[in-house]
Amino acid sequence: MTLESLNIAIALPEIFLLTMACLVLVVDVYLPQEKRNFTYVLTQLSLILTLVFILSNQGETRALAFNDLFVQDAMAATLKLFIVIISFGVFVYSREYLQARNIFKGEFYVLGLFSIVGMMLMVSANNLLMLYLGLELLSLCLYALVAFNRDDGNASEAAMKYFVLGAIASGMLLYGMSILYGLSGSLQLSEIAQAVSRAEGAQNIGMIFALVFIVVALAFKLGAVPFHMWMPDVYQGSPTAVTALIGTAPKLAGFAMIMRLMVEALGGLQADWQQMVIVLSVLSLAVGNVIAIAQTNLKRMLAYSTISHVGFILLGILAGTAEGYSSAMFYTISYALMSLGGFGIIMLMARQGFEADNIDDLKGLNQRSPWFAFIMMILMLSMAGVPPTVGFWAKLAVLTAVVDIDLVWMAIIAVFFSIIGIFYYLRVIKVMYFDDAVDTQPLECGRDMQIALSTNGLAILALGLYPAALMSLCVSVFS
Amino acid sequence: MFTDLPLLSIIVWLPILGGVAVLLSGDKGDANGVRVLSLVIAITTFVLSLGLYADFDTSTAAMQFVEHRPWIPAFDINYHFGVDGFSMPLIILTSFTTILVILAGWEVIKKKPSQYLAAFLIMEGLMIAVFSALDAIFFYVFWEAMLVPMFILIGVWGGERRVYATIKFFIYTFIGSVFMLVALIYMYYKGGSFSILEMHALKLTMNEQVWIFLAFLAAFAVKVPMWPVHTWLPDAHVEAPTGGSVILAAIMLKIGGYGFIRFSMPITPDAAHSLDWLIILMSLVAVVYIGFVALVQRDMKKLVAYSSIAHMGFVTLGLFIVFQIWENPANASGGGAALAVEGAMIQMISHGFISGAMFLMIGVLYDRMHTREINAYGGVVHTMPVFAAFAVFFAMSNAGLPGTSGFVGEFMVILASFQANFWYAFLGALTLILGAAYTLWMVKRVFYGEIANDGVRALKDLNTREFVIMATLAIAVLVLGLWPAPVVDVLHASVENFLQHISVSKL
Repeated sequence: MTLESLNIAIALPEIFLLTMACLVLVVDVYLPQEKRNFTYVLTQLSLILTLVFILSNQGETRALAFNDLFVQDAMAATLKLFIVIISFGVFVYSREYLQARNIFKGEFYVLGLFSIVGMMLMVSANNLLMLYLGLELLSLCLYALVAFNRDDGNASEAAMKYFVLGAIASGMLLYGMSILYGLSGSLQLSEIAQAVSRAEGAQNIGMIFALVFIVVALAFKLGAVPFHMWMPDVYQGSPTAVTALIGTAPKLAGFAMIMRLMVEALGGLQADWQQMVIVLSVLSLAVGNVIAIAQTNLKRMLAYSTISHVGFILLGILAGTAEGYSSAMFYTISYALMSLGGFGIIMLMARQGFEADNIDDLKGLNQRSPWFAFIMMILMLSMAGVPPTVGFWAKLAVLTAVVDIDLVWMAIIAVFFSIIGIFYYLRVIKVMYFDDAVDTQPLECGRDMQIALSTNGLAILALGLYPAALMSLCVSVFS
Repeated sequence: MFTDLPLLSIIVWLPILGGVAVLLSGDKGDANGVRVLSLVIAITTFVLSLGLYADFDTSTAAMQFVEHRPWIPAFDINYHFGVDGFSMPLIILTSFTTILVILAGWEVIKKKPSQYLAAFLIMEGLMIAVFSALDAIFFYVFWEAMLVPMFILIGVWGGERRVYATIKFFIYTFIGSVFMLVALIYMYYKGGSFSILEMHALKLTMNEQVWIFLAFLAAFAVKVPMWPVHTWLPDAHVEAPTGGSVILAAIMLKIGGYGFIRFSMPITPDAAHSLDWLIILMSLVAVVYIGFVALVQRDMKKLVAYSSIAHMGFVTLGLFIVFQIWENPANASGGGAALAVEGAMIQMISHGFISGAMFLMIGVLYDRMHTREINAYGGVVHTMPVFAAFAVFFAMSNAGLPGTSGFVGEFMVILASFQANFWYAFLGALTLILGAAYTLWMVKRVFYGEIANDGVRALKDLNTREFVIMATLAIAVLVLGLWPAPVVDVLHASVENFLQHISVSKL
């Protein structure tokens, strides 16, 4: 084995980011608290450089590295791009939030960077082991981040729940993977795919057995009903900065994990997993949308809304066609952008000693800041799927993919539950526009946050007016 | 003169971008600045939209002023505008009404005037786009987007129960339209195109047609609104600010009727044929039953809202009666179908003027007295003689007095109904009695008799701004009533083509 055969160059973004994460870890130790901003700047700088590497690394062709453990293809490149951009946004939004709570510490950035490395590895995994390691790197960082505000009881409780349930899910995943390994004799995704296509009789049953565990584990990680229990508590209990980290980019990594495992490796069992995913999707749409209505806490409401969006993403995946996958990817990317903005608004409203995470805290936002009320309205309309926002196109793409495989009834169920869903998004708009402000303190935030949040909201609108570019990007990934 | 310009794009985007500019100018300085700016934008749009009429070719039913550019190639969704005889008059009605609405809110709206005016301008652009879009998804985008400014308008500037009313309005309309979306996607799956004109030619089985027809019905029946899904309208009207009510009654309801013409009937002619009894039944219930409901209202706005539902019943009646006119053995020539559809269109335009005028009248009274209760008034004629003259005139046209536009459409539809079935015509004609009863009775109670209280005694007659609004509308109502020929000419080729199309079975 020579160094050339490892083909290290295509993993340059990951390697660079990993190095920078270690560097930030070391540098931060020597910084006094008042110079903590340097850590922040360094973190953002490494993300920007990673972005440059990803962009310059984009080859049309599929390439393998590290003895075929690592794959670079169009899907990986696109997802990594958005993972880094969205994480950059999370760090911008969270700076002042963390400072106001005295948790503006280096750990946040170090753990955040490691979790991004984990996500990028998941996206590029070509081997079960790689996938698992990426997932664990991501998860372990997130468990620690949830409990990051040490003295907050709710956060500790959330971290505990997250950790226990996440560990169970990882166990399930490992169990399913080990069965797959036993049956196929390989951890390589492509070799597993071949084994699946050859499998007959009892071996096939064994494959399906493994599939069940893998689907359950994926449902846990994505938060699909009935494996969603951890989400509302974790979303609510974590500091909003961490919720934003959990609720945005990891969904993209989760989507990649589904594509790698269920489509690339177990694509031969599509007929079997389709049924399971239909159940998960319908339940997620129903439970997510209905229970969200009863929430008074904005973060909790967004958790349930995430569950319903996961139902939509699964709907695209279960179509099992290239259009289905590209629609699911389009949906995931637009969802991550929308929820990034949503958490951004919560952090904008929050200030020292005040979380602003209740829906009523948004009362009269139009009087306090018409501009950010407008941004939030766009975000809510986009989540509800009202044109001309990107959320509408995401839903349209998924519904088209589902109708294409003659599952019109699934499309009808999906739109039925989005009607229910519209109610709680409208309530947020109602509170902002129609109610009088209780809290009249002016909103104060840095210029960077203002620009980032405005760009975020306008991007949702711009992508809604001209979705063709992002849509054809997603289509080209799977063609 | 205008043919080389993308005129439709201009009149869609001018008010939308203008609205954004008004929004951005904010409420910091003098409100008069944004008012004048909005008025200028609205008038410019109106003048430009007249260009559609000036260059309209009445001899063809083909789409005119067509603009076609790819928008989202992945789904073959196009930026596709074009107008025919059905949409062009409605576009001009839209741009005309917006001017009046902006004038009507001139001094009255004190809370965030820039947001108020911007909402109307943006809505104007979106509504014009709805009338001219020829790509189904393009249509749907504007159709849904239009709800948002109205939702805000009712919710922010509305009355007591505005939140309830506006959420009800939004959810009702949204429920109807998402099923339409599924139907559109299904047709894309069958035919591979979102173009409305290609959908017209798409072959569909009876079973598919029935489901698609019902999906469209869910969307358009809510919008028209037809009995029994009309209950959002009285709430929305009562709570909306005057301008919102005017736009709602004058334009938004027409989009439902337009939808039947553009989508339901040409795309699913066989289902429309076999289910026409249902629509006729719903229309007649609207005309008769809702007429009685209007009679007992105590709130003026509610009364006019119910009268709108009854009048819109004529539109759906006129559209769906054509199948029975063709089938009636006593009517071998099959004539009268064109009369019915043209009657429905004239009724839509005329109702746009009259309902707008009625709501503006109530607005004039409400601005002075801050109540819409009929009982709170009496003897207004003694203090506001000029206003009372207009009121009586519009009430008469609402009741369908010959010589006003209200008469033309209703008369055409009733006349056509005779060719289908005597009883349809009989029940439809009841509106002439009921309409006169509820409108004139309201006018009597509000305007005549002794001066009821000190509030009425202190009333001041119309100011110049209000007089201009009322006079403009009165002229429009009279012109359309006495000389409907220009509108009928515009309609004619499109109506013939429409009837020709729906008479051919797709099976």
